Amino acid sequence: MEPNVAATAAPPTLQVRNLRTHFLTRAGVVPAVDDVSFTVRRGKVLGLVGESGSGKTVTGFSVMRLVDEPGRIVGGEILFNGRDLVRAPEEEMRQLRGNRIAMIFQDPMMTLNPVLRIDTQMIETMQAHTKVSREDARQRARDTLGMVGIPSPDERLKAYPHQFSGGMRQRVAIAIALLHRPELIVADEPTTALDVTIQGQILAEVQKLAATTGTAIIWITHDLSVVAGLADDIAVMYAGRIAEYGSVEDVLDHPLHPYTVGLLGSVPSRNRRGEPLRQIPGMTPSLMNLPPGCPFQARCPRAADICRQDPPMAEILPAHEARCFRPHLAENEVAA
Amino acid sequence: MSAAVGQAPPPAAMPGADRIIEVVGVSRRFAKRLDFAGRILAKLGVPLRDEVVHAVDGVDLTIRRGEVVGLVGESGCGKSTLGRMVAGILPPSDGTILWKGRDRTALQGKEAREAVLQAQMIFQDPMSSLNPRLKVAEIIGEAPLYHGLTRRSGLAEYVDEQMRRAGLDPAFKARYPHQFSGGQRQRIGIARALAVQPEFLVCDESVAALDVSIQAQILNLFMRLRRELNLTYLFISHDLGVVEHLSDRVVIMYLGRVVEEAPTETVFARANHPYTQSLLASVPRIEARKKAFATVKGEIPSPLNPPSGCHFHPRCPHAFDRCRAEVPVLREVAPGHRSRCHLNDEPGRAGLAA
Repeated sequence: MEPNVAATAAPPTLQVRNLRTHFLTRAGVVPAVDDVSFTVRRGKVLGLVGESGSGKTVTGFSVMRLVDEPGRIVGGEILFNGRDLVRAPEEEMRQLRGNRIAMIFQDPMMTLNPVLRIDTQMIETMQAHTKVSREDARQRARDTLGMVGIPSPDERLKAYPHQFSGGMRQRVAIAIALLHRPELIVADEPTTALDVTIQGQILAEVQKLAATTGTAIIWITHDLSVVAGLADDIAVMYAGRIAEYGSVEDVLDHPLHPYTVGLLGSVPSRNRRGEPLRQIPGMTPSLMNLPPGCPFQARCPRAADICRQDPPMAEILPAHEARCFRPHLAENEVAA
Repeated sequence: MSAAVGQAPPPAAMPGADRIIEVVGVSRRFAKRLDFAGRILAKLGVPLRDEVVHAVDGVDLTIRRGEVVGLVGESGCGKSTLGRMVAGILPPSDGTILWKGRDRTALQGKEAREAVLQAQMIFQDPMSSLNPRLKVAEIIGEAPLYHGLTRRSGLAEYVDEQMRRAGLDPAFKARYPHQFSGGQRQRIGIARALAVQPEFLVCDESVAALDVSIQAQILNLFMRLRRELNLTYLFISHDLGVVEHLSDRVVIMYLGRVVEEAPTETVFARANHPYTQSLLASVPRIEARKKAFATVKGEIPSPLNPPSGCHFHPRCPHAFDRCRAEVPVLREVAPGHRSRCHLNDEPGRAGLAA
């Protein structure tokens, strides 16, 4: 969509380059994230899409530097406003987390303490990063709850997490993430457990947020249709790598990678009613013993001999990358 | 009997004859009784009472042979409770469920046993519905052996056949459930249900926990089995895309009541009830880019304390006085299309259905 227009100006909010996060287990090395690169600019939403085990969540945790042993970032750079977080000292990360970078989890109870009232938790979060009086912190907490659409925030501040419904709890978790007006939010499947009408409400709030505050958002999900309506760019992950990366329009309307094509084909609404769904045969390979070459080759209808070599990430069309030797290209377009 | 396999069901020629399940005025209540201290306080005049949830409230539903009925709703709408009652594993508090035209509770002996076997259920989480200590062959073979559908000598072959039909390699029959992936576990659940030769399957969110590419495989399996075995389905899901793809008819529930019921095309083209309309507007679709996500205001109310009148009125953009006071009835707005909304009685509001 927008090539290197802003490249000369301020650095993008987040630029991940060749990130590798491996799990060094007794049974062997699991390359959960392998050579992943992407960029998120101010006010933009990147949809990080993949199935279970594709490495999308570990990518999110790596950006937060929250990967636990035996996982380790073994290579690459995570540039936050130009500063490399991979090499940042732990104390600096502690200052950034919850302050300038925030995370929203699938289960809001990961964020919330069940035995503390909402106001206690929100004021604590405020005071952890800024010198602010309790009264001002409470005021900010109240405003933020209102912003994410919680009715009568004054009363709700005095409630405990269990007194909220699932959707409201997720709103509180989002409000806590927003308290310090972060520049970057990593959201890991935050609406997956919610009902559609509630999900719609939260997605609407998030859109408003990115547009008005300039917060950059990484939205991790398995649901292509959520990302279609929400994101500016999409990165499709498969077996720890990004298979395809580009704008929402490019990736969803003109997918290059056979995996993206297969994924889109298996969505029921893309098939004629009652007819067999186009399915991807087989299942995701174990990361422990990947075959050499493209990890998708065993399931790929376009696989050829060359696929036994490692495909590089290549800009096959302008600003539209894929890691594939034999991408889907329209007849009139010539392969680069 | 097998004239319309895989097709939309024919209209009922002989009432009763082709109906596999008829749910008539069925309700299910769950009560949380007061504990000892509560009972004493209540005796002393403290206003405490048993808390009663009307999980399912006066539902009528007919499923014809060979049909796939999609049952849709959000959490707490009673769709799973209704599914369990239809499958025969939960008795209703009120109302009757007719199995092939006869009251299920009145069936005796062999007939009762057959009715139980012929309605099977497939659950959302195969890990919690498969015994982790049994091998796959035992999980699948136990029931047909007990019910005499196969002899012990032919059991191994019978189990192999069930596994192949569900897309599993019989070579894995000595494995335990934890050695399979999520999609394969769901296939085990399907093979187990089919092993007792049912005619009717209740699938409760059976593909909700699966990845999209695996979900497509399982949905294709359901459709293939429907053709091959002439199965009838009640397919419970919150995913409208899945329901639209699979179902002949869709039933939408909200807080224990059916609010709309119509053939699938009609629901997705001309939804009548404001709840159905807002549900459809909330569903994210791949085709919708930079979408202004439609927001239904408010939350799903607690079923412990549902709103008066029409349960949807606090969230409904069209609500008027009557909606707060009077429960609307589910009535026909077009042939085969029923809706529970007062707006259909308002002459000036005829345009709403469009």
